[in-house]
Amino acid sequence: MDWRELWRYRDLFLVLAWRDVAVRYKQTALGIAWAVFQPFVTMIVFTLIFNRMANITSGDGTPYPIFLYLGLLFWQYYSGTLTNASNSMISNASLIQKVYFPRLIVPATAATTGLIDLAISAIILVGMMIYYGVMPQWVGVLILPALLGCAVLSALGMGLLMASLNIKYQDVRFALPFFIQSILYVTPVIYPVKMLDNHPVVKNLMLWLNPISGVITNARAGLLGQGTVDFGVLGISLLMSMVYFACGLYYFRSTERYFADIV
Amino acid sequence: MSRPIIEVSGISKCYRIGAAREPYLSLRDELARKARRASSALFRIVSKEPNPRPGGQTDFWALNDVSFSVREGEALGIIGRNGAGKSTMLKILSQITPPTKGRITMRGRVASLLEVGTGFHPELTGRENVFLNGAVLGMTRAEIRRKFDEIVAFAEVEKFLDTPVKRYSSGMYVRLAFAVAAHLEPEILLVDEVLAVGDAAFQKKCLGKMGNVAKEGRTILFVSHNMGAVKRLCQRAIWLDRGELKKSGDSDSICEAYLFSGQNMKSGRHLFHDKKKHLVEYIKAETVNPKGETTGIFRADEPIRFRIAYRVNRNIGGVTLVLNICTSDTASLWAVSDIDVFADLIARREAGEWSYECVAPGNVLKPGRYLAALGAGNLNGEFYHHPDLFPFEVTTEGYWRESHKYFGVGGGGPVAVPMRVERPVPIGRNDDRIAGRDLP
Repeated sequence: MDWRELWRYRDLFLVLAWRDVAVRYKQTALGIAWAVFQPFVTMIVFTLIFNRMANITSGDGTPYPIFLYLGLLFWQYYSGTLTNASNSMISNASLIQKVYFPRLIVPATAATTGLIDLAISAIILVGMMIYYGVMPQWVGVLILPALLGCAVLSALGMGLLMASLNIKYQDVRFALPFFIQSILYVTPVIYPVKMLDNHPVVKNLMLWLNPISGVITNARAGLLGQGTVDFGVLGISLLMSMVYFACGLYYFRSTERYFADIV
Repeated sequence: MSRPIIEVSGISKCYRIGAAREPYLSLRDELARKARRASSALFRIVSKEPNPRPGGQTDFWALNDVSFSVREGEALGIIGRNGAGKSTMLKILSQITPPTKGRITMRGRVASLLEVGTGFHPELTGRENVFLNGAVLGMTRAEIRRKFDEIVAFAEVEKFLDTPVKRYSSGMYVRLAFAVAAHLEPEILLVDEVLAVGDAAFQKKCLGKMGNVAKEGRTILFVSHNMGAVKRLCQRAIWLDRGELKKSGDSDSICEAYLFSGQNMKSGRHLFHDKKKHLVEYIKAETVNPKGETTGIFRADEPIRFRIAYRVNRNIGGVTLVLNICTSDTASLWAVSDIDVFADLIARREAGEWSYECVAPGNVLKPGRYLAALGAGNLNGEFYHHPDLFPFEVTTEGYWRESHKYFGVGGGGPVAVPMRVERPVPIGRNDDRIAGRDLP
């Protein structure tokens, strides 16, 4: 891994990230409000269906809408980054065929712009915390960078793998939306992970294989004032996101030289 | 003598044709193929058969063992037909794709310009695209900021800086894109055929700018079909033919050798290939002598018949097809446009394959080698030159001394338009003709 080269191309990274943000909301009436709109509406719909009709609750007294919204923020970051990173090599094919730069920049851009969307939609979260009178714990705020780091590494790791595969096999484009939708249901977004206490095997599989599960669980415990941050789970999340990232990066690096030939 | 700034040794690049034709494999096919290969490998171990090539794929060597080196401050032209491997060479040099075999050493900061306006985003404004494109080409933000005014002035788009480039005319777009590229300051600049766009005046400006870059001591590798540009810009040239280095040397002699290379010269038959899709595509051109034979060699007094086949891809209007006769160093002598004679072709050209002929009279071109160029233009003044020129030769046979006893053809210049020369007569004598004209 040539870190020096990556550092030399930092300006290109910044400019491409800026381009993606600048272009996304051009010629839209709502503009940047779209970043908020999507999780907010999803929260309302899911609350009606899963909370009011299917009687799923947060399980610890936290109001369901805020419990759900926090989960959705991380989930949308994860699924958005995974989708954008996977398609990034195809949508930037003209660049890849005509200019040399470390290819890693392109999917990394997707992970960065997702953070901006996350920051914008977090404004609603703060509003809801005030509305429901929820106070975050200090420890929750302190581990926030670690939680975000896990989200970035795991989404990017999987994204790098998918991006390399996507160039070679068009199947990825069809399989990915379905794949992402399936993971939503095996991630504790609409239900608390406590619901699985009677199925320890399933629960452990979820926490180990899907780092976002641990991230959401700890974010809820730390930021929404109920329960305690589980450092064991945090450790698992950190470890597994690094494993995902390392695998994704390794596969990406070993195939990137030929991207221009087959894209 | 210092070490060369670019050293290319034994570069080869192999493409799998099967894979190239069908870029998207499906994962299922691949898994099935792997399974097949594994089972046949197992079978081979048992039966000791040799390893077969995976189904349906053939190797295509885009480059085969090419070596050359470039000294610092030198401008090297790379010429050759379409598919000769020129662009592959530049892609390998710019690290976009790795070579299959061989080694490259580059001693300096490289910037490559394989396309004008790479990375331009239509929704962004001119100003934003300058920063985007600059970064894509390898400039830092500070560098772009420093040169911003210069770039905008070069492109002549000051008034439209805050307009999205999707509203730009194609000319403005190209000017802005090239302006960014022209302000790169790498030690090694790789340029691919980018001068084939834009109007003639701007092309000239770009060539001038590139010439300055060369004079400033930077190294340029320049791929082009425009032999005039190669000769003007480069001291040295290499000629690639079907992936192999055919010849290298000073650019004048290499360009000449390339333009008049054997085969098509004698046959007078020429097929066109262009990777890009156009509304009008040239298929074939032939030069035919008065006996109806297709040949590339003509007596000086023979008219030359050009038979040109082209394809119109859909019904169109406002397009003119032009045949341009050039000297051997690609300077234009004269051109004819088919709409000059058949004005109805401006309004409508029907889709299909067409053939038309133009006849150049004999006794016009002096003995020597000439090139014919084809092109197409539209009413906006945009013009497309087909990159492949086709050569023909005029021999001394039948030259003016034999064919017109009473004509003179002058010394310099490539054309010999016969003018009747009359015997001098003394002035002031009792000459009927002069007297008759002078007197009322």
